[in-house]
Amino acid sequence: MSAGFYEKGDNDLDVIIATDCGSTTTKAILIEKKDGVYRQTYRGGAPTTVEAPFEDVTRGVLNAFAEVEELSGRKILDGERIITPARGNVGVDMYVSTSSAGGGLQMMVAGAVKTMTAQSAQRAALGAGAIVMDVIASNDKRLPHEKIDLIRQLRPDIILLSGGTDGGTVSHVVELAEFIAAANPKPRLGMTFELPVVYAGNKDVQEKIKEILGKKTSLHITENIRPTLERENLIPARQEIQKLFLEHVMAQAPGYKKLMSWTGAPIMPTPAAEGLIMQAIARKQQINVIGIDIGGATTNIFSVYGAVFNRTVSANLGMSYSISNVLVEAGLENILRWVPFDIDESDLRNRIKNKMIRPTTIPQTLEELKIEQAISREALRVSFEQHKSLAVGLKGVQRERDISEAFKQDGEGETLINMLTLDLLVGSGGVLSNAPRRSQAMLMMTDALQPEGFTRIAVDSIFMMPHLGVLATVNEQASTEVFEKDCLIHLGTCVSLAKGSMGKPEENCLSYKITMPDGRKTEESLPYGHLRVVPLASDQEAEIEVVPAKKFDVGAGKGKPVLKKISGGIVGVVIDTRGRPVTLAKDKASRVAQLQRWTKAIDAYPE
Amino acid sequence: MTHAYTPGLRISEKTQVVSHRILPLSGDVTVKKGDVLKAGDIVAMTHLPGKVHAINAVNRLGVQPKDIREYMTKKEGDSVLKDEIIAETRPWIKMLKTVLLSPITGTIETISNVTGQVLLREPPKPIQVFAYIDGTVIEILEKEGVVIETTATFLQGIFGVGGETVGELVVVVNNPGDILTAECIQPAHKDKILAGGAYIQSDAIDQAKKVGVRGIIVGGFDDEDLTKLLGYNLGVAITGSEDIGITLIITEGFGRIPMAQRTFDLLKSRSGNKTSINGATQIRAGVVRPEIIIPYSDKISGEAADKPINRGMEIGDPVRVIRVPHFGKIGKIKALPFSPQRIETEAKVRILEVEFPDGSTAIVPRANVEMIEK
Repeated sequence: MSAGFYEKGDNDLDVIIATDCGSTTTKAILIEKKDGVYRQTYRGGAPTTVEAPFEDVTRGVLNAFAEVEELSGRKILDGERIITPARGNVGVDMYVSTSSAGGGLQMMVAGAVKTMTAQSAQRAALGAGAIVMDVIASNDKRLPHEKIDLIRQLRPDIILLSGGTDGGTVSHVVELAEFIAAANPKPRLGMTFELPVVYAGNKDVQEKIKEILGKKTSLHITENIRPTLERENLIPARQEIQKLFLEHVMAQAPGYKKLMSWTGAPIMPTPAAEGLIMQAIARKQQINVIGIDIGGATTNIFSVYGAVFNRTVSANLGMSYSISNVLVEAGLENILRWVPFDIDESDLRNRIKNKMIRPTTIPQTLEELKIEQAISREALRVSFEQHKSLAVGLKGVQRERDISEAFKQDGEGETLINMLTLDLLVGSGGVLSNAPRRSQAMLMMTDALQPEGFTRIAVDSIFMMPHLGVLATVNEQASTEVFEKDCLIHLGTCVSLAKGSMGKPEENCLSYKITMPDGRKTEESLPYGHLRVVPLASDQEAEIEVVPAKKFDVGAGKGKPVLKKISGGIVGVVIDTRGRPVTLAKDKASRVAQLQRWTKAIDAYPE
Repeated sequence: MTHAYTPGLRISEKTQVVSHRILPLSGDVTVKKGDVLKAGDIVAMTHLPGKVHAINAVNRLGVQPKDIREYMTKKEGDSVLKDEIIAETRPWIKMLKTVLLSPITGTIETISNVTGQVLLREPPKPIQVFAYIDGTVIEILEKEGVVIETTATFLQGIFGVGGETVGELVVVVNNPGDILTAECIQPAHKDKILAGGAYIQSDAIDQAKKVGVRGIIVGGFDDEDLTKLLGYNLGVAITGSEDIGITLIITEGFGRIPMAQRTFDLLKSRSGNKTSINGATQIRAGVVRPEIIIPYSDKISGEAADKPINRGMEIGDPVRVIRVPHFGKIGKIKALPFSPQRIETEAKVRILEVEFPDGSTAIVPRANVEMIEK
C-alpha cells in the first residue's frame, strides 16, 4: 500500500474516502467532486476490529470500504490495496481517518495550581482530543501518597506535566515530577515501552525535570503552556500530544501501523477532528458555534467564541454505557422532571440499569423513547455545565473591575460561554441525529442548553464531523462544502428570552411579526411559558421583529424590540417564551401537563 | 452492516474453559505445564511495590532545601525502621535539636534538594495468584502467569458485583420464577454458592452475608438494592473489585425476571458440585460478563465440547427479548424481514418476528433480542 496519495495536487482531489474508527463501529464516507462542488455521496459501516479475535483495525476499515464499494459501484480495493488515483469509477485520490477505538487517547495532567496551570494543562489535553482521567495539582488537597497511588493506578497513555510561569515556581513543579517518578507509571498499552510524559511548564526547570524523569519515562519537553499569567500557549503542547498519540499510543494498537501507512494525512483522535471542523466553520462564517456530541459512553462539547476554542469531554456521561452515571450525576429528580408521564421511581431506575447492561438496545415503545430523551436532556445539561466551568478566561490574571462588575458577584462572570451571542448550535450523536422526529432533537437541545436570543440549531446528519475535521487538514474547501451541504441538517432558529427573564404563566410576554420570503406577514403574540412553531423551510430566510413586554428581554434589553433576519429549517422558527432558566411546575400533575403542552406545540410525538 | 446481531450470553453444559491467571507485575510462576490443580492452589506470586510516603523534611527541620542532605542521617536506598531518626539538626544547644523520625518501616527512596521532600517507600507487598478453577496447566507464561484449562459447565451472567470465589453450588428454589427469600438461606449454606430464581432483595442478601454464603446467582434484583449493597449508586458498569463480602451474579437483568429455564435447569443439574464464580463485569468495548464455571471432576480437560454461536440469526433460532415491552421473554424467530420497518416510536429499524411458547407473536427490533445457544 502506498502512503500519501499525492499523485494529484492537494487541491485536485476529486474522490476522497474517509473513516472514523470508533470503539464499536468503523464508519466510512465517500466524498466526490461533482460539477466543481464536493458532496458526500455514499457511506458504509462495519464493526471495529481492534479487539480479539481480529486484533487488526484494518479489517474493519476494509469491510467498511467494501460496503461503500457495493453501494456506490466504485471499485476502491484491489484485494487489500486501495486503488489510487481515481480514474472514472475506479479508485480514490486520498484516504483519511480518525480514531477513538480502544478507548481513545487517555491522559493524566498535572500542574502547580489547580485553577491556573493545571487548568491550562487540562485545556491543552482536551483540545488535543484526549479524555482527561484526572488532574493533579500541588493544591488539590490530596496527600502525596494519594497522588502517587493515583498516578500508578490510572495507567494513562500520556502524562502532561505543566506548572509555573517562566521564571515562576520551581519547587511545586519539581515536586510533581518527583511524584511521577516515585509512581513509576506504566502505559495502558504495550508493556515494553516507557510512558510518554510531555513537560510544558516553567522553562527554568527543564534540566531538573530531565534529571528526575529522563531515565524513568519517555520525556518530551515543549514550550510552557502558561509562559505568563496573562498568556496561554496551548498549541505546542497539543501538537506534541498528537504526535505522541500517533508514535506511541496508536503504534501500540493492533493494525494501526498498517493503517497509518495508508492515510494521506496523520490519523487524528476523533474529538480533535470534530474540534477542527467546528473551528473551520466558525472562522469561515465569522460566527460563534457550540457543538455537542452525545455518544454512548461520553459527551463532547466544543465551543468557538471568536478566536477561542474550547473542548470538554464528560467521560462518563452518555446514553448507553454511561447512562447510569447520568442518573448518578444529575440525580433522579432532575431526570424525572423531563418525563412527560407518571412513572414509578424504582421502575425508572431498573430501566436505566437495564440499558446500561445491554447498551445496544433501542427504545421500542414511545414511553421508552420519551424516557431516553429525558435522560439525554440531563446528560447534555450536566456536560454543558462542565464545559462552561472550563471554558473560562485565564485565572490569576489581575484585571481592573469597574464599579458595576464589583457589585455583580454572580460567581460565573468568567465563563466565555454567552448564550446570547451564540449563532449556531450543532448536535451530534445517536439520540439527536437519529431521533425519529427532528422536532424532538430541537426540543432536547433547547431544553438542555437553553439558548437565548436568536440561535440557529442543526444536527449532524450521519455523524461525519470527525471525517470532515481530518479532511480539513488537507483540503478545507472539500471539508466545509460537505459540512454545509450534506453534514448539517438545519432544524431552524430558536427565538428565546434572555437569561433572567422570568414571569408568571400566561403573563403577557412578547409579540412578533414575521415577514416571509414571499412577502406574507404573520403577526401574533405569545404569553409567557409557551412554545410556538412557525414553519420556515431550510433554504429560506425571513425577517422577524420581536417586541417583548417591558419586563422581558430577547437580547436588546428589557422591553426593547429586536429586528433580525432568521433562517429556517426542517422544524422552522421556534418562539420560546418559557423563561431562562426554563422552570417546571413543582407538582407532578402540572409538570406533566406543562411538558405535554410543549411537546404538542412542537409536534414532538405522535398523538 | 453485514452481521448485525447480538451474540447473547454463553450458556454451555459442557465446554472447554480456558483461564489466563496473570500477575499484575512480573514475578514467579510456581507450577509447571501439565500440573493438575485445585482452585485454591497458588500458581504465581510477586511483590507489589510498597506505598510511598512523603515528608516535607525542610519545613519540619527549619532548614533550606539545598542543605537537606547535610542533615540526613540516612541516604537514598537505606532501610529504616518506624520511628527511627532519619534527619536531625545540630544546634549548639542540644535542647534545640530537632529530629525527623521515619513514619514507616521501609527504605529511603529520594531526597530532594529542590523541594526539600523525603520520599520513603514501604516494603514490597507479596501477592499470590490462585488457580481459581480446578484444571490442568496447559501453558506457562514466563514471569507472568499460567493458562489453565478444564472441561466445565460454563454460564455467563449479565451483571455482577464482587470478585472471584469458589464454593459448592446449591439451588435453593424449586422454579426459575421463585423468589430467593431470606427464609431460603440456612446456616448450612455457609461457604456455599446459592442459586435462586427470579429475584432477590437486600434482606436476603444480608442474611446470606450473615450466614457466610460466598456467592449468589439469581435472575434479577432491583437497582435500589444494588445501591444498598454497594453503599453507593453505581454509575459505570465496571465491577469486580468491590469489597462487599459476597459475590452476586444476575443472569437476566434488573427487576423481577424469572431465570431462563435452560440456565436454571443447568444449575440444578450441577447442584452439589464445586463452582467458581466471578462477578467482574465491564460493559465497554471488550465487554466482560460475570462467569459461572462448574468443572467436571472426572474430565479435567481434553474433551470435545459445545461451540459458541458464531453466525447471524436464522428463522427458528431461540432468542431472548432484552427490552420492554417483551423484556425477559424467550421465543423463536418466526420471520426476518429484510427491509427496515417503522416501530411504535416512528423509528425505521430492522426487526424480526418472534413467536413465544404460548403461540403469540410480536415484532421486535433486532437490536432488542439476543441469541440463545440451542
